[in-house]
Amino acid sequence: MPTKKNGDSQINLHELQSRLKESATYPRQVIAEIQRAAETGIYDIRGWGAKRSVPNFDDLLFLGASMSRYPLEGYREKCTTSVTLGDRFASKPIELKIPITIAGMSFGALSGSAKEALGRGATIAGTSTTTGDGGMTPEEREHSELLVYQLLPSRYGMNPDDLRKADAIEIVVGQGAKPGGGGMLLGQKISERVAGMRDLPKGIDQRSACRHPDWTGPDDLAIKIQELREITNWEKPIYIKIGAARPYYDTALAIKAGADVVVLDGMQGGTAATQDVFIEHVGIPTLPALRQAVEALQELDMHRKVQLIVSGGIRSGADVAKALAMGADAVSIGVAALIALGDNSPAFEKEYNSLGTSAGFYDGWHEGRDPTGISTQDEELAARFDPVMGGRRLANYLNVLALETQTLARANGKSHVHNLEPEDLVALTIEASAMAGVPLAGTDWIPGKK
Amino acid sequence: MSLEYDLASGSTRELNKKLHALGIANKTDKICVTNPNGAHALAVGLTRPLKVNIKGHVGYYCAGMNQIAEVNIDGNAGPAVAENMMSGYVTVTGNVSHYAGATSHGGTLLVCGDASSRCGISLKGADIIIKGNVGHMSAFMAQTGRMVICGDAGETLGDSIYETKLYVRGSIASLGTDCVQKSMTEKHKNELETLLISAGITGADAAEFNRFGSARKLYNFKVDNADAY
Ligand SMILES: Cc1cc2nc3c(=O)[nH]c(=O)nc-3n(C[C@H](O)[C@H](O)[C@H](O)COP(=O)(O)O)c2cc1C
Repeated sequence: MPTKKNGDSQINLHELQSRLKESATYPRQVIAEIQRAAETGIYDIRGWGAKRSVPNFDDLLFLGASMSRYPLEGYREKCTTSVTLGDRFASKPIELKIPITIAGMSFGALSGSAKEALGRGATIAGTSTTTGDGGMTPEEREHSELLVYQLLPSRYGMNPDDLRKADAIEIVVGQGAKPGGGGMLLGQKISERVAGMRDLPKGIDQRSACRHPDWTGPDDLAIKIQELREITNWEKPIYIKIGAARPYYDTALAIKAGADVVVLDGMQGGTAATQDVFIEHVGIPTLPALRQAVEALQELDMHRKVQLIVSGGIRSGADVAKALAMGADAVSIGVAALIALGDNSPAFEKEYNSLGTSAGFYDGWHEGRDPTGISTQDEELAARFDPVMGGRRLANYLNVLALETQTLARANGKSHVHNLEPEDLVALTIEASAMAGVPLAGTDWIPGKK
Repeated sequence: MSLEYDLASGSTRELNKKLHALGIANKTDKICVTNPNGAHALAVGLTRPLKVNIKGHVGYYCAGMNQIAEVNIDGNAGPAVAENMMSGYVTVTGNVSHYAGATSHGGTLLVCGDASSRCGISLKGADIIIKGNVGHMSAFMAQTGRMVICGDAGETLGDSIYETKLYVRGSIASLGTDCVQKSMTEKHKNELETLLISAGITGADAAEFNRFGSARKLYNFKVDNADAY
């Protein structure tokens, strides 16, 4: 090693850090992305949802009970959590024990056993799970007491037999992670089974269309819904899932088109594979989207008649309770459900390191090399994942969410979680106050309202 | 058993209920439907070997998601006739609107007149035979299955096509991205002949058709193709 004068070989990291000035416009992550783009010539694709900080449920607080509102006793006084979805037109609405559902995640993005585990966990907890792009697998149907079947633009695996087997049908117009975007499943995840279910050759990059092939606009959609109801004898609730772009109008139009249930996915919502630029820069956060959707429901006198399911960054019972207080009938979870199954577990740190990442940061779900066996079609990796154990972990987590939600509802004196209301909430920031439409804590001020 | 159903005095709901109940006792029940008057979602979700004859024009999604049944539309059809059909046979004696046969997995759709735009979009295995012309963006993202166009095709035929085979007799306004002409071998001529015969088409000779399909250049994302997306 060449020796240098003045101790140059011994760089003092601490001294260096205090002397170097990082650019706010060009921080290291931005520089790295420019370098990566210049090297590869392709945009960054990843899983997970938006990673930037946006106003969210953490910016709201419950007031709790006081002289004028009495609380309910923790374990003795009832606080129910059940919810009925789809009783507007469907003859067989869905009854959930808890207001927390599992969001649509495709077989293809996830392994068959991960899908099975989602069904098992949801079933133990008394709630529903949802298929995804690529169709319904027999394992998933078998292990899900309540299964929502998605009708997506790609129509991969769309089959009238499965439509009749479903407990509800969800027409996907958009996703919060990418309102206006189609899907992507990269070639390395297209196994023979996935390819077969999608009627495409093995190993090619699969683009899922961003628009439905047989309707455009709400007037067509109303007729599409009529067709689906005719095929399934008007039994099944029809959900319409929208990404949070223009939620006030989209909710109103979904109601007009004849939805039984509106599923609203905010920009923080997860995805299996989308361009980073799309995830971070399109759509609005869950918080303002929820308020606007509820306003549309109320103005049309459809609040609680057409149910609203909200997703995009729901992590805890606090998030659930706040979403319900703002007017949602239920919530839906994606990323959190995968984490509950075992995704990003520190037990796999070494393997995450070999993929150039670390537990807690892994978002390469599109690559199919998931060491936990959850977001892969590689048989060896998938075999690591135990769907029975995964299902139990998910059920535990759902149980905690429900208990936390009840705790907060009782603290506000509510005997049903749906009795939570905006009145119970205040905001910590002016931004959240304006977006959620609840007063800034310690004031009676809501920006934008007189 | 041969039945008649008059939509002038009945309803779409009642008709479909009836159709879903038919074909259980008698294997090939026949039913004639009159006065459709452009109603939507007629004869959808059939699962048995019925023969349904609709006398008049129909609206959206007629014979949608059909399985096994034979549906004859004696008139014109609105958008997405026979969408997502799995099997069976759907015939339209007149013209069809957009998205005819969209995402169909199996069975045959025969159109005796012309088809509008996006015919056979995302086709997943069915055969679509058009005696007349087809509009723009037909066979867009078509995955598998076959499309026979006896007349002309509009702009950007077969854009982003996967493995669907296109046989076109007339002119083509333009081909879509990644759709190219392919050689018409004996095997293809025989295949086409069988399709034409099965559809009862006598006026067109397989030798007059050209074959089109995927150049397969968009199958895996390459930076050099960025303009094509
Ligand atoms: C791995 C993965 C796959 C997904 N696949 C689909 C899909 O096939 N269809 C769909 O509508 N949404 C899909 N989503 C989005 C979820 O349904 C849901 O909107 C989102 O995950 C909710 O946000 P959260 O992850 O913050 O809970 C997917 C999400 C993830 C994480």
